[in-house]
Amino acid sequence: MSAASVKAAAQVSVGNDFYDVEAIRADFPAMSLLINGRPLVFLDSGASAQKPNVVLERMDRAYRSEYANVHRGAYRLSELATENYENARKTVAKFMNAASPDEIVFTRNATASVNLVAHSFGRAFMKAGDEVVISHMEHHANIVPWQLLRDILGIVIKVAPIDDDGNFLLDEFAKLLGPRTKLVAITHCSNVLGTITPIKEIARLAHQAGAKVLFDGAQGIVHAGIDVRDVDCDFYVFTGHKLYGPTGIGVLYGKKDLMNALPPYQGGGDMIEIVTFEKTTYRETPARFEAGTPPIVEAIGLAAAIDYVTGIGLDRIARHELTLRDYAMEQLGAIDGLTIIGRPREKGPIVSFTLDGAHPHDIATIIDSRGVAVRAGHHCAQPLMERCNVAATARASFGMYNRLEDVDALVDALKTVKDIFG
Amino acid sequence: MDDDIRELYQEVILDHGKHPRNFRHPGDANHEAHGNNPLCGDRLTVYVRLGEDQRIEDAAFEGRGCAISVASASMMTDIVRGKTVSEVEALFDDFHKMCMGEDEGVALRGPEEDLDKLRVLSGVRQFPMRVKCATLAWHTLNEAVHGGATTSTE
Repeated sequence: MSAASVKAAAQVSVGNDFYDVEAIRADFPAMSLLINGRPLVFLDSGASAQKPNVVLERMDRAYRSEYANVHRGAYRLSELATENYENARKTVAKFMNAASPDEIVFTRNATASVNLVAHSFGRAFMKAGDEVVISHMEHHANIVPWQLLRDILGIVIKVAPIDDDGNFLLDEFAKLLGPRTKLVAITHCSNVLGTITPIKEIARLAHQAGAKVLFDGAQGIVHAGIDVRDVDCDFYVFTGHKLYGPTGIGVLYGKKDLMNALPPYQGGGDMIEIVTFEKTTYRETPARFEAGTPPIVEAIGLAAAIDYVTGIGLDRIARHELTLRDYAMEQLGAIDGLTIIGRPREKGPIVSFTLDGAHPHDIATIIDSRGVAVRAGHHCAQPLMERCNVAATARASFGMYNRLEDVDALVDALKTVKDIFG
Repeated sequence: MDDDIRELYQEVILDHGKHPRNFRHPGDANHEAHGNNPLCGDRLTVYVRLGEDQRIEDAAFEGRGCAISVASASMMTDIVRGKTVSEVEALFDDFHKMCMGEDEGVALRGPEEDLDKLRVLSGVRQFPMRVKCATLAWHTLNEAVHGGATTSTE
């Protein structure tokens, strides 16, 4: 499709199913910021998304008039805070189509969720020589926890390959599975290439081999959503702040029976039944994994963010984002000397690229002076950078509030880079 | 174009970035160190031949990085040749102050001729995230002459 026709298609789709991006932008205070005297063009939602007013207001209200610690006080305010916190768990459960809110554990972020599984599942179910299968395009958050476990237990990490376009190679992955495979831990959507992985097939193959499966949904849940029962995954992790929610809140979905078979991760208050100096018994999930005062208001904020995106429609947002992706691929691809890193068949709205003669760090600094915010670097995926033969890339990642004009602004700002580095 | 950007990417920096001087691995180097900026993945190796009088007889580097880090390494390896380790330390201290914008009203210790050359890199003071790019080579050189193996600006 030509650039003009992509733009035209976007306008047609607006005609048929009105995605009012201007109204959405009005919900986000950051969309009216000026950076270096120019309107902010925010193309780094993959690192962290901006927050809508409803999230900020909901958290403000929770702190001002609904705040006390949860699960403790027999007084009205604590009951109210507990109700709000537990309702947030229900909202997340429904959003992921979990069988029960008990399957939702609140953590600090996606990284903390992976570490919880590595610690609790790893120590309960793995021993020296057992295998974890990850992929070549994992974020460090889904590599390093398994290496820490390897250092403790002597487990083996196997890496499923990708092809040069960034496609996950299902057949090659299947060959890595065997009797020693205890866990498959794969990204749902690559934060560099945008690759959406075939999670349903991965889960089926993992289960066939007798392994459990975890998906890192930090990017995937934002752009593709998740139905944990349809996919039949054992664990699914994501973070609130990339889903237009606050920082400091992450989620671990885990099947109830499995979670109740795992030992606790951290010990403390709220996760116990009876404590004596001789012996302590633990509560069932999710309480077992939420030692100490949890991120109460952050959970409430995350629920507000989920209500906001589901109110607009995650599928409608995804369609809008793919229009942006297609337009960006087209416009960036037409720039002389620009190489797009990652052209998988299924791709979220994440476009990494390099430009001949200009390092990504220089690109990011120069276009920032035009108000355009992109990420530059290795994106916490150094093994993938090696695989792609690049030291670093620049990355434009799109969110629900981006417009086609933002792509134009990026392309225009890149001309400044070319002027300088010529 | 933005003045700060113009100042950051002066012609002399772009020239050093594109055509770095002393970009080689001298066989007779007796000190080396690896520098790594984990934030952006920049990696440099600095090689030094240090005489018995603690004077730098040769300095060179290899690696990959942004225009700022490569230009800084290129200029540094030119400037430090013939200087003693303590002279280089004084110069690094001056340079660090320039990059942080802490040199105003402060007596700098290095030779004016060298400070003038280094001053072209002081545009990074407007870009806090890029200060590490400008100083990576110097940290690595410091590590090399003191016998360390690797250094990091994080």
